[in-house]
Amino acid sequence: MKQGFELGRRHLLGAGAALAATTLAGCAGMTSGGPSIGRVVIVGGGYGGATAARYLKLWGGNVDVTLIERQSEFVSCPISNLVLGGYKTMADITRGYGGLKAAGVKMVQGEAVAVDPGARTVRLADGRTLAYDRLVLSPGVDFMLDQVGGLQAALDAGRVFHAWKAGPQTAALRGAIEGMRDGGVFAMFIPKAPYRCPPGPYERACVVATYLKAAKPRSKLLIYDANPEITSKKGLFQKAFSELHAGILEYRPNAELKEIAGNVARTEFDDVKADVINAIPPQRGGDLARSAGLLNMNARWAGVNWLTMESTAVPGIHVLGDTTFSAPQMPKSGHMANQQAKVAAAAIIQLLQGAAVNPAPVVMNTCYSFVSDREAMHVASVHQYNAAEKTFKTVPGSGGVSAARSLSEARHALSWANNIWTDSLALA
Amino acid sequence: MHRLTRLLVAPALLLGGLSPAWAQDANLARSLAATCANCHGTNGQARGDMTPLAGVPANKIIAMLADFKSGALPSTIMGQIAKGYTDEQVRLLAGFFAAQPAKR
Repeated sequence: MKQGFELGRRHLLGAGAALAATTLAGCAGMTSGGPSIGRVVIVGGGYGGATAARYLKLWGGNVDVTLIERQSEFVSCPISNLVLGGYKTMADITRGYGGLKAAGVKMVQGEAVAVDPGARTVRLADGRTLAYDRLVLSPGVDFMLDQVGGLQAALDAGRVFHAWKAGPQTAALRGAIEGMRDGGVFAMFIPKAPYRCPPGPYERACVVATYLKAAKPRSKLLIYDANPEITSKKGLFQKAFSELHAGILEYRPNAELKEIAGNVARTEFDDVKADVINAIPPQRGGDLARSAGLLNMNARWAGVNWLTMESTAVPGIHVLGDTTFSAPQMPKSGHMANQQAKVAAAAIIQLLQGAAVNPAPVVMNTCYSFVSDREAMHVASVHQYNAAEKTFKTVPGSGGVSAARSLSEARHALSWANNIWTDSLALA
Repeated sequence: MHRLTRLLVAPALLLGGLSPAWAQDANLARSLAATCANCHGTNGQARGDMTPLAGVPANKIIAMLADFKSGALPSTIMGQIAKGYTDEQVRLLAGFFAAQPAKR
């Protein structure tokens, strides 16, 4: 870890510096009795980046792996809607990076601000510079705040919450919901797809409505959806809305948020006065992917070679998770980011050794959604690589949604979280 | 069957560098099995009430997935997932899990 820190600017001033950096990293990488086969720097310790780090060590052994992450701990977006309902705590969705450290991953807490693909270096906000042979970017999403007038200012002032990145926003929105008067209005705004976690907004509405019904039964929860209909698990959510949340929850499609002014949120047709405003902003690939020139799909998402997860814009950089331009019917989910990270880890180990990569990767997705504090349902899909079309395609006849919401799938959902957190973070 | 699969798969994992065909099979099996790890644990060492796959005989895993696929074994989700994998892929991932130590 210290070696990683010491790979500072002073080692990287000229052409000869790259050699110096290689030598240092080579020493640092001798974790399994041999010299390092290469240096992989990963930016972003969420589901994608953490899993890539874990599996590079698990499968690669002598790969020198450094993971750069802003936060000191991992906070999960999946399950965070239960925190908003008061059914789980922040501690329940927070895990440490100690497992990855114990697995030999060098953790660097800091913010990566620039990539130099020519020199193959990443620069941190504090001035540190790390050299890589292969770079993995898993920066999640960032928000297109300029598309909604007043949203940036309202978020900055704490008058509006996104809670679409788990952490302080989750705790703040929970606080606002708890503080809301009985008879108050909670208004949620869903952006046009694609966005991170397609069923997430509808799950959130159901869980918060469950809390309101119990704690503040005269309140209303209004969903304004920019999409023409529920974007995921439509039938199951419609049933939950009508059978569990009627009288509290109201759903309005084709209602895109245009502006926030004071405590009024404007769509094309409505001025919505609300006590708590949860505006989920329109999204694009992460800032670092943008500044590195990776967002080559509609200037919004990063195109990748699905055999390796390597960027189609800049060689040597692999991109994972929500920032990628999704293959057909591939959701932007933590589960999928974990799966993509395994494809990338296997490929990077091969590429570092000049060996052929797996020509037939498979990824799959499982996504559970709670519809109350005690019942959940799922959507699942399996995606096989299609060599002719050079993309992942779902297998006809496979995948699907739950027959009905159930108590047992709520247990599965929590077990899923326990297992994927352990898998991604190498928890003891 | 279980023992046979161990004999076939374990050396391929250990000696992956020696024969490209073996190495490819072993890496493929490992990667296929890793698609199950989100729920069934890393290398099949599951936590909580998920079914562990580590150390389970390959023929048992193959039979279970076939029954999920056909519907003979009712499920909420596994039937839908099993239908996404080919028989050859199931054979490979089952062999991998069979060769893993059960959870410590």
